Amino acid sequence: MSLLQVDGLCKRFGGVVAVDDCSLSVAQGSITGLIGPNGSGKTTVFNLVTGFIPKDSGSVSFKARTIDGLGPDRIYGLGIGRTFQLARIFPRLTALENMLVPVRRRGLRALFSRADWGHEKARAMEMLEFLEIAHVADLLGGALSYGQRKLLELGAVMMAEPELVLLDEPAGGINPALLERIGDRIRRLNERGITFLLVEHNMSFVMNLCSEVVVLHRGRPIATGTPEAVRNDPAVLDAYLGA
Amino acid sequence: MSALLRQSRVLKLGGIIAVFAVALALPAISPDPATTNIAVFTMMYVGLATAWNIMGGYTGYISLGHAGFFGFGSYTLGLLLAHLGVAAGYTPFLLVPVAGLGTAVLAVAIGWFALRTRAATFVIVTIAFMFMLQLLAENLVGLTGGGGGLSFPVPPWGGDYFNTPYYYAMLALATLALAVSWRIRRSKFGLGLLAIRDDEDKALAVGVPTRAFKLTAFVVSAALVGMIGAVYGYYVTYIYPQFVIDPLIGISMVLMVFLGGLGTLSGPVLGALILEPTQLWLAYNFGATRLYLVLYAGVFLGVILLLPRGIVPSVMELIERRRARAGPSASTPAKVAAR
Repeated sequence: MSLLQVDGLCKRFGGVVAVDDCSLSVAQGSITGLIGPNGSGKTTVFNLVTGFIPKDSGSVSFKARTIDGLGPDRIYGLGIGRTFQLARIFPRLTALENMLVPVRRRGLRALFSRADWGHEKARAMEMLEFLEIAHVADLLGGALSYGQRKLLELGAVMMAEPELVLLDEPAGGINPALLERIGDRIRRLNERGITFLLVEHNMSFVMNLCSEVVVLHRGRPIATGTPEAVRNDPAVLDAYLGA
Repeated sequence: MSALLRQSRVLKLGGIIAVFAVALALPAISPDPATTNIAVFTMMYVGLATAWNIMGGYTGYISLGHAGFFGFGSYTLGLLLAHLGVAAGYTPFLLVPVAGLGTAVLAVAIGWFALRTRAATFVIVTIAFMFMLQLLAENLVGLTGGGGGLSFPVPPWGGDYFNTPYYYAMLALATLALAVSWRIRRSKFGLGLLAIRDDEDKALAVGVPTRAFKLTAFVVSAALVGMIGAVYGYYVTYIYPQFVIDPLIGISMVLMVFLGGLGTLSGPVLGALILEPTQLWLAYNFGATRLYLVLYAGVFLGVILLLPRGIVPSVMELIERRRARAGPSASTPAKVAAR
């Protein structure tokens, strides 16, 4: 069953067609990779799906219900989380506060009561421990290393218990040891039932982690399938090597 | 460490109570009108800076147009008193919240438009709205009296007591602003505002309803400023468009917040306690010239160059650093989170 269904998505920036009649689906419980050469429209697809930029045409549905026209905060509330290409965290909030911002509360009274409820804090600390960055909980976000920021961003997104998480280059710019940790944590979160769609340039990372891969070229999917099948697809080789 | 924490908390609470007690007793300690006049204006700016900080400090949206809300609150009370035929006395103070409510409604409308912009554009838009209000006050002669000004009823009391009721009204509003600011600062809502300050798009991506949050902060901030403006009008008993919707009032509150510490709870109070008495002292000693503007420019330059984060964060950092150096046993993690 597909959790996220994208149909005929189009987006033009002036004369540039960034996303061109793009259709793809993300199966529930999968780790789906979205790959393609630079400028093929991967991040734009993320921005369209999460409501950051308006689409020219096409539709997006999540759990068989359309999410067209909703803003990013509403879409996050429905259960689609995302991370950004260059880890974005709140630099002047502590790591723990960074974790508490995404926690959802219902009702006005809850909104105006203390930001650090015990059980929310406990959940945040649990997640920080899971990512092995609990020791920096009281440090300001701006004082963390790039790798720690990446882990923090991932952890924070998980705090609202999303069903689908879009990761924009989770392996970008970090050392091999951390790469392994991030890959492992994504896999373990996936085992807990969270579906991932990730954009990534590190092919071995994608091949190891993903159960399904979509290849984007000039804003349009040119191949879909298992990592092995996609790797040997002549259209994909063409797109990457240029023909 | 918890003993240390408790000790610092007791110290803090004691300090707050002591300051508040002095503030309460001030008219009794020094009843002469020259002093209480300074006290009224200082307390007014404590309230204004604290209220402005709820928007400017927490969300990072710098409004230079809050003088518009100040004047609007002032005119609202003045017109209410005139049209309802309220006699001078203590009753006008009871109508101050109505002026706050009116200002809140205006702030919803202005915020609705202004908050579609960010950063420098937002600053310009708030200035533009302020001048629009000033022009309206000048030109809607039938309503506001235009350039001829609007008069408030003159209170029946006098002598040394004259300033006292206004002082307590300003103290009450400053306390209210501080209580609101404190409550917001530690709330889930406040955390959302700080997230907006740090990275608005990221906040949106993790589900913070940024538009609603920003508008709420803007309206709360404006309503408090409007109420303070209302008391001001009753105090000076005569208001003119160019003096009550005065860009300098808007800039003063901003400067006080920057001097004390943007986004902190005590910073705006400190900034107002330093700058406003200084300004009035200059006015007393050098006549009602605008010499204080030169001082303000100097302070502004000094803050930007030497203390870009303001007094409170800088001092807190210094203390933290010294404590960390004092010994590893007492050292907490290098949490220089300037609050």
